[in-house]
Amino acid sequence: MNTLQEQTLLSRREQASLLAKLKEAQKEFGYVPREFMAETARALGLPIGAVYGMTTFYSFLSTRPLGKYVIRICKSIPCCMQNAAMIIDSVAAEIGITPGQNTADGRFSFELTNCIGACDMAPAMLLNDELHGHLSPGKIAEILKACK
Amino acid sequence: MPEKRILLKNCGIIDPRDINAYVAHDGFKAWEKARHALTPDEVVAEIDTSGLRGRGGAGFPCGLKWKLARQEAADEKFLICNADEGEVGAFKDRHLLQHDPFSLIEGIAIAAYAIGAQKAYIYLRAEYHYLSAGLKNAIDQTRQKGCLEELNITIQEGAGAYICGEESALMDSIEGKRGEARFRPPFPPSQGLWGKPTIINNVETLANIPPIILNGSQWFREIGTAQSKGTKLFSVSGDVAKPGVYELALGSPLKELVVDLAGAQDIKMVQVGGATGGIIPASMITTPLAYETVLGSGAVTVFDASREVLDFVYRTMEFLAEESCGKCTPCREGTEAMMEIIGRLTTGDGKQEDIQAIEDLSQTMMLSSLCGLGQAASIPVLDTLKYFRNDYENRIRQSVFLRSLRGQL
Ligand SMILES: Cc1cc2nc3c(=O)[nH]c(=O)nc-3n(C[C@H](O)[C@H](O)[C@H](O)COP(=O)(O)O)c2cc1C
Ligand code: SF4
Ligand code: FES
Repeated sequence: MNTLQEQTLLSRREQASLLAKLKEAQKEFGYVPREFMAETARALGLPIGAVYGMTTFYSFLSTRPLGKYVIRICKSIPCCMQNAAMIIDSVAAEIGITPGQNTADGRFSFELTNCIGACDMAPAMLLNDELHGHLSPGKIAEILKACK
Repeated sequence: MPEKRILLKNCGIIDPRDINAYVAHDGFKAWEKARHALTPDEVVAEIDTSGLRGRGGAGFPCGLKWKLARQEAADEKFLICNADEGEVGAFKDRHLLQHDPFSLIEGIAIAAYAIGAQKAYIYLRAEYHYLSAGLKNAIDQTRQKGCLEELNITIQEGAGAYICGEESALMDSIEGKRGEARFRPPFPPSQGLWGKPTIINNVETLANIPPIILNGSQWFREIGTAQSKGTKLFSVSGDVAKPGVYELALGSPLKELVVDLAGAQDIKMVQVGGATGGIIPASMITTPLAYETVLGSGAVTVFDASREVLDFVYRTMEFLAEESCGKCTPCREGTEAMMEIIGRLTTGDGKQEDIQAIEDLSQTMMLSSLCGLGQAASIPVLDTLKYFRNDYENRIRQSVFLRSLRGQL
């Protein structure tokens, strides 16, 4: 390989690592901090706007700190048809916040999401990476109680 | 016709964590046959003759796509398995990944051999992160068995974006960018990932490869209809007694799937193909499921008589507006405008002119959007207008009446 080819390959690999880097930050800090974006942009030779643009584009990346447990209740049609609204209400009642908020102790974030590919187990949610289906208010209480 | 389990034959039968269980059920026989008895060109020809079409939604002939990539002279070629499954109501790829990952890996190995790719990606949606360990285990065990000597497979996880299931946006996402659809041509088989020839296939398409290679294209061609060969997986949800994944020969009537197998009753309408899928009213319930009629990715959502058409259309448009990547104006603005008009109809503020406005806007979006999302966004709107126009008109009449009571006419 000549050096030019090597260089393109190198920069290609670096930019390709951006999404993984942002996901790592999300995992470690619970969000993608400003300083991290600036640093990553510098390291990859990208404009900071490109890194910020990435972060805001993907729904699993966040510019605001998320809690230790991120609750994502599915709000798409098949889940709605199995009473997702009731599940949303019961989460709100259990932890005292509405979608888009964090609990004051930083334990929970409450989000709504589009279809998570579990419509056969509707209503469904993701708790961090874990899938829970066939939800009921009772099951929600149980699952959330187990989150220490 | 009962279920025909070709793709589902291992699901729930063998241990998805153990390659020996897979091998004991004819696993990797197709790969052995492809590698030892067939040249790459012969593999491509076999798939081409079989008539297999893409199972990810668009239905493009798989063999033709492979032929285009095979013909390209390039120092590097890529194969991408599309496991982004973000379509509302779709979960059949999840089912395969969960219960039979080895069939997918075998399909990937054969596809890469056929087109001449040394590197393959499995683009897995972030919502399916819980499947990645099982998938990685399957790749590792296959490598240890010596079946992946010339191929490097990487699992690339998404980060939550429906549009990344669209093939050009998916490639942008792998390249470390926002997932936005690209202008075409060039098409991926000539210039795809990093400008190199690239084949992107859906999970289910790739899972079809081993049985076709093993049993031959003629065997495959005997199943299905003129334009739609083989079986198809359907993800059935909504108002049914038994939601789940079913496999039927293409061309089977919708009724067989939703009534006989999934146990639907008192049906009002069925959406086939996810958020942008077509609407079948109960009166047309015997419509065959095929590329010639309705199919898409095989997401099937059943609505019974208690459901309101306009609420459904509103939610669908809300989904599309949220997931539009925003690159082109007709889709970015059109989905928002559509949502506003339909929102107005549902809350009782509709006007007579609204129906015309919806129809005009639909035409514009269909003709001028850059990718499938915007082009197909108005299908559920136009279909419900076609079959349930009364629902729209009643709402408007009610709105007009309510406004007259308020003295706001
Ligand atoms: C908005 C949009 C979303 C899509 N999402 C998916 C998806 O989640 N999975 C998939 O396999 N194909 C999806 N597709 C289709 C892909 O662009 C592409 O046609 C497909 O992956 C090709 O593979 P196939 O020929 O094996 O079906 C989507 C297309 C559009 C326009
Ligand atoms: S049609 Fe929609 S999703 Fe597709 S490129 Fe345009 S804005 Fe993006
Ligand atoms: S609609 Fe909720 S998982 Fe699909």
